Amino acid sequence: MAENLEKVIQEVTARYGKDRTRMMDIVREVQARLGHVSGAAMDLIAREVKSHRVEVEGVVTFYAFYTDRPKGRHVIRVTDCVTARMRHVDEVVAAFEKELGIRVGETTPDGQITLERTSCIGLCDQGPAALIDDVPVTYISSDKVKSLVRVLRETGDAKKLVKTLGEGNNALDLVHSMVINNIRKRGDVIFAPFESGSAIRNAAAVSPAEVIRSVKTARLRGRGGAGFPAGMKGEFARNAAGDRKFLLCNADEGEPGTFKDRVILTEAPDLLFEGMAVAGYAIGATEGILYLRGEYAYLRPYLEHVLEQRRAKKLLGKGIAGKAGFDFDVRIQLGAGAYICGEESGLIRSCEGLRGSPRDRPPFPVERGYLDLPTVVNNVETLCCAARVLEKGAAWFAQIGSEQSSGTKLFSVSGDCRRPGVYELPFGLTVAEFLKEVGGDDAQAVQVGGPSGTCIDRGQFGRKLGFEDLPTGGSMIVIGPQRDILDVAAAFMEFFVEESCGWCAPCRIGNVLIRERLERIRAGKGLPEDLTYLEELCTTVKKTSRCGLGQTSPNPVATTLQNFRKAYEAKLLPARQDGRQPTFDLRAALSEAVRVQGREPVAH
Amino acid sequence: MAKPKVATASLAGCFGCHMSILDIDDRILKLAELVEFHKSPINDIKKFSERCLVGIIEGGCCNEENVHVLQDFRKNCDLLISLGDCATMGGLPAMRNHVPLEECLAEAYLHGPTVHNPAKQIPNDPEIPLILDKVYPLHEVVKIDLHLPGCPPPADAIWEVLVALLNNKPIDLKYGLLRYD
Repeated sequence: MAENLEKVIQEVTARYGKDRTRMMDIVREVQARLGHVSGAAMDLIAREVKSHRVEVEGVVTFYAFYTDRPKGRHVIRVTDCVTARMRHVDEVVAAFEKELGIRVGETTPDGQITLERTSCIGLCDQGPAALIDDVPVTYISSDKVKSLVRVLRETGDAKKLVKTLGEGNNALDLVHSMVINNIRKRGDVIFAPFESGSAIRNAAAVSPAEVIRSVKTARLRGRGGAGFPAGMKGEFARNAAGDRKFLLCNADEGEPGTFKDRVILTEAPDLLFEGMAVAGYAIGATEGILYLRGEYAYLRPYLEHVLEQRRAKKLLGKGIAGKAGFDFDVRIQLGAGAYICGEESGLIRSCEGLRGSPRDRPPFPVERGYLDLPTVVNNVETLCCAARVLEKGAAWFAQIGSEQSSGTKLFSVSGDCRRPGVYELPFGLTVAEFLKEVGGDDAQAVQVGGPSGTCIDRGQFGRKLGFEDLPTGGSMIVIGPQRDILDVAAAFMEFFVEESCGWCAPCRIGNVLIRERLERIRAGKGLPEDLTYLEELCTTVKKTSRCGLGQTSPNPVATTLQNFRKAYEAKLLPARQDGRQPTFDLRAALSEAVRVQGREPVAH
Repeated sequence: MAKPKVATASLAGCFGCHMSILDIDDRILKLAELVEFHKSPINDIKKFSERCLVGIIEGGCCNEENVHVLQDFRKNCDLLISLGDCATMGGLPAMRNHVPLEECLAEAYLHGPTVHNPAKQIPNDPEIPLILDKVYPLHEVVKIDLHLPGCPPPADAIWEVLVALLNNKPIDLKYGLLRYD
């Protein structure tokens, strides 16, 4: 066994050139071969790549999909996303527990199956969903659980769970997935037909500076949510000192309710890779990385295949489009279940083979990013837009959408509406128009931009979706009239408590305190002053956290406190006239002492 | 006009906060001119006989007597000040909050490494107040008007707060006076 371990580690580390920056791949492969990454394995990896045990262990224990302890041969990860809760995912989990005879977090005694919960897996429009090994399983109901477990046990192959294939490229042999695209509305930018090479040819015909000028003229802004002008970012990197630069594509969409990039990666990967090549050309990068979230590992073989095809067509590699010096290639870096890696500096660290903890900025990645070299990190959708800008021209792109938000936007829609799925719509439409489109007219609230965004009430449905008013990375969760808005906020807080990287105290501790106080209110034990406390705490966490996660994580509570205050007030206990706290019960607080000491209180 | 009255008490605390009150040094003479000390360990008055403007309480609630004293203060004082880290957060005594009461007593009186208790007796005299399941900060038991943190809060902070209250001025503690150590 020990010899075998040594052999495996040597093979795996050698495959990645004994390069410690490839730690994510090394750990993933060691785990795939050995089931888990033991302490002994970590020691050996550290020795082989000339790193330290603590660095390897840091990686293994940081990412939800890696484990330092043995798990079952198969791992079932049921999503804990709020949209799945709306569809009674708890009943599904209970059914799995019953069928397997274990609780969440445990492994069956025969070592076959481990049951876990995981954060949003990007299948909110077809939930409740689970990842079984790498295979996404959608529309799970409690009565399907029995047969899922039976097939898994009988065949020992999670792929055999796929009975019916999804539409479009989901049905390709290389994908072979039951996931459906659910594209409800196609626009002109992302989901329109695209001829590979058309954008690259136009880019190669002009100078890189002119490509950047086009993107600026198109007024393209980042689609991840923050909306930073894409042309400006590219220019910063282009002007940064140094010859070696990088283009990273952020395909780590983890915001609950977001699944638009999954559909782009499935249906329009050529457009994305075209955008990456164009962007690489513009900023002077010859190396690109697609950081693919671990939840989408099932798409990797297909994406590798598309990359191969593009290399064969001279749309990737050396001398792209016949132009000397236009060199660019892409490698895929798989993530491993960490929301925080969607934050650009966390993503960069992860690509470097480290824990995905964000780092201080400045310096910004455009100056010192991946391997401390100038790096642009763009959202999947942004890069697709960039390709289209080059194909069809900046003017064409700029006339779609609104003044400050040009182009179309992909919305991933889930929750209480009749037509969940992906919509490509021009920026600038109102929330009311949006709700009509998706069949959610009777909503009491919409969570715009996911948990880190804002929760708006009916009074604000006239607001416009776009950077001028209501920005969104794409996540739109419709909350119907039957929901308790505090349940939704609580689910989101749990998500942030789980996903905080733990580096800075305001986020690590503050989110836990917010959740605790919210739970107290939900349990009917809240006091009027708890609302003030929550408001102050939310402000503190937002102001003092290190990265975007903590700067937005109080939003589910902060925005509902603002927009749904009555829902909170309805649950509060009224203050007592005598100044005693209604939540303190002396008899209860003494009951343990009465039992242990066997006597009654001295004074009653 | 009669001078406003101030009452103080130490519950599950170490009297360190009271030491800090005394640490205002000669300003205590000035304070005595401004206010009259009512129920307080400083003068050993045991019972409230008059209404007080301010009640200053050190320490959290660890037993039933603490709760009764605190409720008595709430009843007899216009303003309650939670003084110091034990009062505001439970402080050191609250370290037991993570240990069930039964284990806590056993460790303290039976199994602790320095315990000498041949009779294996846990104190249980009927006059000893029963202890609570955990240590509570004051504001979880009654409404508290002001929290002054610190272990102990600096004497200057206590002075500033009292002077501001007595003159009906807003409290504005300078940097360094509001601290948690």
